[in-house]
Amino acid sequence: MTATRTELVPFDRALETYDPVMGLEVHVELSTASKMFCGCSTVFGAEPNTQVCPTCLGMPGSLPVVNGKAVESAIRIGLALNCSIAPWSRFARKNYFYPDMPKNFQTSQYDEPIAYEGWTEVTIETDEGPKAFRVEIERAHMEEDTGKSLHVGGSTGRIHGADYSLVDYNRAGIPLIEIVTKPIVGAGKYAPQVARAYVASLRELVKALDVSDARMEQGSMRCDVNLSLMRKDAEVFGTRSETKNVNSLRSVERAVRYEVERHAGILDAGQKIVQETRHWHEDTGVTTSGREKSDAEDYRYFPEPDLVPVAPTDAWVEELRATLPEPPAARRARLQEEWGYSDLEMRDVVGAGAVDLIEATVAAGATPTAARKWWLGDLARRANDTGAPIDALGVTPVQVAEVQALVDAKRINDKLARQVFDGLVAGEGTPEEIVVARGLEVVSDDGALAAAVERAIEANPDVADKIRDGKVAAAGALIGAVMKEMRGQADAGRVRELILEKLA
Amino acid sequence: MSTIRLSAAEIAARLAAGDVSSADVTQEHLDRIAEVDGDLNAFLALDAEGALATARDVDARRAAGETLHPLAGVPIAVKDVVATEGIATTAGSKILEGWVPPYDAFLTRRLRAAGLPILGKTNMDEFAMGSSTEHSAYGPTRNPWDRDRIPGGSGGGSAAAVGAYEAPLAIGTDTGGSIRQPAAVTGTVGVKPTYGGVSRYGLIAMASSLDQAGPVTRTVLDAALLHELIGGHDPLDSTSIDAPVPPVVEAARRADVSGMRIGIVTELNGEGYQPGVRARFDEAVALLTKAGAEIVEVSCPSFAYALSTYYLVMPAEASSNLARFDAMRYGLRVAPAGVPSPSAEQVMSATREAGFGDEVKRRIIIGTYALSSGYYDAYYGSAQKVRTLIARDFEAAFGSVDVLISPTSPTTAFPLGSKLDDPMSMYLQDVATIPANLAGIPGLSLPVGVTDEDGLPVGLQVLAPAMADDRLYNVGAALERLLVEQWGGPLLSRAPELGTAATSRAASSKEGKA
Repeated sequence: MTATRTELVPFDRALETYDPVMGLEVHVELSTASKMFCGCSTVFGAEPNTQVCPTCLGMPGSLPVVNGKAVESAIRIGLALNCSIAPWSRFARKNYFYPDMPKNFQTSQYDEPIAYEGWTEVTIETDEGPKAFRVEIERAHMEEDTGKSLHVGGSTGRIHGADYSLVDYNRAGIPLIEIVTKPIVGAGKYAPQVARAYVASLRELVKALDVSDARMEQGSMRCDVNLSLMRKDAEVFGTRSETKNVNSLRSVERAVRYEVERHAGILDAGQKIVQETRHWHEDTGVTTSGREKSDAEDYRYFPEPDLVPVAPTDAWVEELRATLPEPPAARRARLQEEWGYSDLEMRDVVGAGAVDLIEATVAAGATPTAARKWWLGDLARRANDTGAPIDALGVTPVQVAEVQALVDAKRINDKLARQVFDGLVAGEGTPEEIVVARGLEVVSDDGALAAAVERAIEANPDVADKIRDGKVAAAGALIGAVMKEMRGQADAGRVRELILEKLA
Repeated sequence: MSTIRLSAAEIAARLAAGDVSSADVTQEHLDRIAEVDGDLNAFLALDAEGALATARDVDARRAAGETLHPLAGVPIAVKDVVATEGIATTAGSKILEGWVPPYDAFLTRRLRAAGLPILGKTNMDEFAMGSSTEHSAYGPTRNPWDRDRIPGGSGGGSAAAVGAYEAPLAIGTDTGGSIRQPAAVTGTVGVKPTYGGVSRYGLIAMASSLDQAGPVTRTVLDAALLHELIGGHDPLDSTSIDAPVPPVVEAARRADVSGMRIGIVTELNGEGYQPGVRARFDEAVALLTKAGAEIVEVSCPSFAYALSTYYLVMPAEASSNLARFDAMRYGLRVAPAGVPSPSAEQVMSATREAGFGDEVKRRIIIGTYALSSGYYDAYYGSAQKVRTLIARDFEAAFGSVDVLISPTSPTTAFPLGSKLDDPMSMYLQDVATIPANLAGIPGLSLPVGVTDEDGLPVGLQVLAPAMADDRLYNVGAALERLLVEQWGGPLLSRAPELGTAATSRAASSKEGKA
């Protein structure tokens, strides 16, 4: 496990000599109700080995049946990635022994994938501003997940050195789509960003298709990063390493960067890259050697004789094409146009994961400006403070629109609105109920306000004089005093009007 | 008067008429097993209690006036490769010793639903790999005609059980001839339906693209009745044919070959057949001619490659199908000797080393090799292409004839132990049966007499196009009627008597109910 220490070459310097070449393999767990080849549930987090049957346990005599919904999801993913859909594709058996694989072969598509030859476009931030980068897709194919091993004891958490191992077969047979890119060349120093943006765009896409939760932290979306370097004057790719299970967007970016630095170190020292599987360590930000990939590794693929070919009709494929949602990039462009946001504003909205939320808030009656103000302001801050996803704060787009309506009606102001959000998060009821229960409504009784204005002028004669002399800007101090007395529950605009009338 | 020598159809008629009870019929067969199976070893496990419970239930339902399946109450034996919930299922292997399936195979469910008492599980070559039942981890089954000879394989247990009147019906499976060759060498009837005609769900797989379950009986009509019961579409087997079962019972009752064109395959009628086998076959052909069939000779040149093709496809699929027996989830678990804290991989190795017999290991090694990178195209890939050629030969032949016939097996039953050290000669037993499996077409074997030289039974095979299984039964039943008329009774009545108190060793110790 302890590889020989490699001198890393700083990223920028590595890029002077080499061009990185990447291949990304992303596994997406489909959120179908049942498994790929049997009727077992796929719900995450159940008691170990409770979602199993003879088929997904590989019992003698059991047989697989293809999940039609998984095929549908695979086709829709393929179409969304601009792939061709094979009119005839097959499953194969990938044979190898491992305790988490009940049949000791994985049923997977091999040389006849359901979707092939596609592309997608990602946007990255460059020195010259945002730039589109096209990623070519080699294939998207269906396969089944393995069970999950838990290695107990030992220091590494891996099977070697463990005292004993437990296997949970609930995950065995969950449908996976593996999406494989063609070699990504020409990204240069932006390779880490391209990798990250690509994985982020896939996540966005499968969510938009409603075919997967794509929760990287739960393993329902996993990324393997293949990386090699080629000298700028070379014509063939270098030897690659395959870094497995890089399970966050940030890690994808870091793993690419690290592997570039490590490869450059080895190559600069005149050594050869070993073709091998590597493990990514989130905590230390390094990869370590896994098993060596040699010719000895032979999966003895052959067509799965227990299944018949998958042969979607043209009509069905076209029917599914019609169900595709607007591509995320096109949708973003359309919404930006509709909302009148600047590029910068839109980028912040996308970065905060608030596109859907703002769309729903606008649909509920708020202006795009007001919707952005709340979601990227107070609510984004709350998400940041609590670590909760912004769509899981307990505040809905409809409620945000209601709060804004209260502000527009001058029944509360922006500052009071924050207290309404406190109430919403605490589950105190609707915005209306919270305003009443907390007594937040602004004082619109001019009599009470006029008295407060009177007292503020008396207490600040010098400020009043300045205003009388035409220095209207000084009114702020008096407004502040009145608002303080009213404990914020006043319409600051109305207060200003009253002060200026009084001192005219 | 015992019912054990009656056909299933006759037993069914007596049950329906109320002349006998299923409980009595079942008990008579259990008694017969206790009497003769110590000698034969046709059963690996018995479920007397379960069988009698089913029988009593059927009797009660019949008494209550319920409409029952025609075969309700007729006992049956099931090959040990078929999953039976609650009854130990080993596929003849040490690696599954004591495994009790938590579920029923599709056909087991059909048998239970129709009310057939399941007597027990029959012996077989380990994982159905063999032509003699000598590769069973639990000792060979003996041929009722001569206990020093093999009963065929892999389904020697089912054939011997039916041939020795231990059961009127049995289930077999046929990957390269494992129903038909045992039928031929025991003087019984065996049918391999069209691939996909009977669900494979719950059949412990040897070669998924070749395996097919079917009936083992003493008459052609009985086979049709059982075929009709276990056939039909199963959504849990993706290769199951979504079409009604061909009209097999009707065809078995029709039994009329006049005007039919019957082909003799040149390549299955040449050298290598025992003289007595040839003689009985030729006589049967003459009978068919006399009955109004037209005999045509057809050539299927690709059959020359059938055996070698089979011995690539079958081991390749088997090597993958048998990978699951690894001690991790069920079955045998062996710790490697002298290893204090063995890894999962070491336990897998030690278990497979100890749990599989030599023939199984031989095929796993051949199959693993045939699928290896660099060899795949030359072996597995080429074999699949030859399979297509064989299917085309059949297609061409069936363009000019209704059915094909050949001797089922080149020889009669050979002595136990005589071919164990010569796998090639053992493999040659299936030379005439294998083409049907490679092409997925149905085949039937029925007895056509005994040879002059050894007095042992000879089988004739009928082959038909896919989903034309009914033709097998029509031709088979017609020939059977002519032969029985000629013989003055069924061939099996000429088999030597079995069973004395002294031979019933250990039969009662096989209670396999979990």
